Amino acid sequence: MTKRVLIGKLGLDGHDLGAKVVCRALMDHGFEVIYTGLRNSPEEITTVALEENVDAIGVSILSGAHLPLLDRLATRLNEAGLDDKLWLVGGVIPKNDHDAVRELGFSGVFPTGASFDEIADFIREKTA
Amino acid sequence: MSREKKDGIRPARLESGIDVKPVYGPEDVEASGGRERIGEPGAYPFTRGIHPLMYRKRPFTMRQYSGFGTAKETNERFKWLIANGQTGLNVAFDLPTQIGFDSDDPMADAEVGRVGMAVDSLLDMEDAFEGIDLEKITVSLTINGAAAVLMAMYFAMAEKRGYDLSTLRGTAQNDILKEYVGRGTWVFPVEPSIRLIGDTIEFCAEKLPKYSPVSVCGYHIRESGALPHEEMAYAFLIARAYMDHVIERGLDGDEFASRLSFNFDIHGNLMEQVAKFRAGRRLWAECVKEEYGAKNPRSMVLGMIAGGGGGGLTIEQPELNIVRTAYYALASALSGTQTMALCSYDEAYTIPTEEAARITLRTMQILIEETGICDTVDPLAGSYAMETLTNQMDEKIRDAMAKVDEWGGIVRAISEGHLQAHVSRQAYEHETAIRAGEIRKVGVNCYRIDEEERRVELHPYRPEVADGARKRIEMLRAERDGARVRTTLEGVRSAAASRTNVMPALMEAVTAFATVGEIMNALKSAFGTFKEPVRF
Repeated sequence: MTKRVLIGKLGLDGHDLGAKVVCRALMDHGFEVIYTGLRNSPEEITTVALEENVDAIGVSILSGAHLPLLDRLATRLNEAGLDDKLWLVGGVIPKNDHDAVRELGFSGVFPTGASFDEIADFIREKTA
Repeated sequence: MSREKKDGIRPARLESGIDVKPVYGPEDVEASGGRERIGEPGAYPFTRGIHPLMYRKRPFTMRQYSGFGTAKETNERFKWLIANGQTGLNVAFDLPTQIGFDSDDPMADAEVGRVGMAVDSLLDMEDAFEGIDLEKITVSLTINGAAAVLMAMYFAMAEKRGYDLSTLRGTAQNDILKEYVGRGTWVFPVEPSIRLIGDTIEFCAEKLPKYSPVSVCGYHIRESGALPHEEMAYAFLIARAYMDHVIERGLDGDEFASRLSFNFDIHGNLMEQVAKFRAGRRLWAECVKEEYGAKNPRSMVLGMIAGGGGGGLTIEQPELNIVRTAYYALASALSGTQTMALCSYDEAYTIPTEEAARITLRTMQILIEETGICDTVDPLAGSYAMETLTNQMDEKIRDAMAKVDEWGGIVRAISEGHLQAHVSRQAYEHETAIRAGEIRKVGVNCYRIDEEERRVELHPYRPEVADGARKRIEMLRAERDGARVRTTLEGVRSAAASRTNVMPALMEAVTAFATVGEIMNALKSAFGTFKEPVRF
């Protein structure tokens, strides 16, 4: 069955090139992509993830506000019982923060420049 | 048989699709359109530059984009940059300010003071420019979605400081159409957003005739995936949309055009970049003169800030970005820009550290002081290759402009998301080509090194900035004249709803210490908010 992936921009950052590029790459890799656009709150992402019954949830952040924003998103996703889904993050995520981000539950960390094949393989493997 | 095949050399093609020859001669210049439209520097059609003596008379202004944390901290950085020889300021606001949320709004949480300075009220604007001579140092405000409000706040601050608005110089970015394509700080729907820009233009024409109310940005559209010729084409079409609006309102299009400026991006092929600007200057001059019937030569000149180059910089081996931006700076100077700003080498990670900001400033200073770049105007003029490419680029830009007509014009192409889909498709193709090694990027797909530890110092997230801003707003709300704030906010709402120019009401509101968020909410209640079209 085709896996469904939500991609969205968490927070106020308007740099969406990376998010849109990843959307296309995932579509080319055979995923169904739900792109939620700019300026999503943790609540909005959670709602869409529930409504669309997605297998993976990926957010992109380039503003440097990833730790507090991902913390809030993790809380919402956990409350909604979406902790069994695959969580991903992309954008400007410095190496020093990777462990902290993974600890929050975002097991897939794909900073700027990550390989499309790697992202696709990771989702395929983890949602299998 | 093509020369490439005959000589067994690799083919070379510019991003704009122009095939590059290994050797150019006079016949190439002739075949591409000749020399008739080159002209002289400082004279129509301005191919060679907008001033007769260019940098020989005055080097380009150096205007690094800066701002972070509180207005007070930003003020210190501004003064430090000025002390280090910077000749203009380019103000970065944080995202909540850019989108119109106060620092105590739940939406602003985690982002206060993060990618620019937090400005909530006139108090912050006063702090930001305290001790800076606004007549000596011109200030450029990088603000779009909330531009009218922040412009009013800047003007109110200047007035309070005793400056005569009728002689105040400066620039606001105030280009909303590109925000829907790249950068993303839109707030209101397209139509009222254009009207707001019209309000600022009208207000400035009347009260601040020396101020440039709009800087049209090809830059961010290029960063979102537009090709070099498209960057120019889309910027020109957006500028025309504002011109058309201004004329429709019965204002003097010539007057507005004379104060309009542009913001462009530089990365990629050096010859292509220079040709892009030479062709662009000429094309814009011809458009304004022939299609708009402008009389004032000032209206025909393409004044610009050019540089940046963020899209060309890399996360990998970040020090190499210092070298890249030096080349971009050279291309920018060879292109005859009026103002230059460069990304700092660490910008793929963070807001520039003081050290990175200084290196970037010094990069431009070395160019001015040590290379002789300022001695001769348009030094590439007359080169067979450059003149041929300039002619070919001219044609490419025109083609890209014509293509937008197929989407029903620039405003519709943007409102309906066609342009966004087009550039993001190209961005994907570009990224795919880099990953496949078809576009070479040093340190990315060739000459890589094992990089376990990044050598970049990061600005940590500082919750105390947001806490401080929240306390300040709380105090402000307790101390200001609440009734006056309510009256002025109602004034903003009703001006917005009634098509009266909203700027005088905004000046009243900011002077009464209404906050950015409160004022933006008053505008939202009249205009509604933009719904992003998602199209792939």
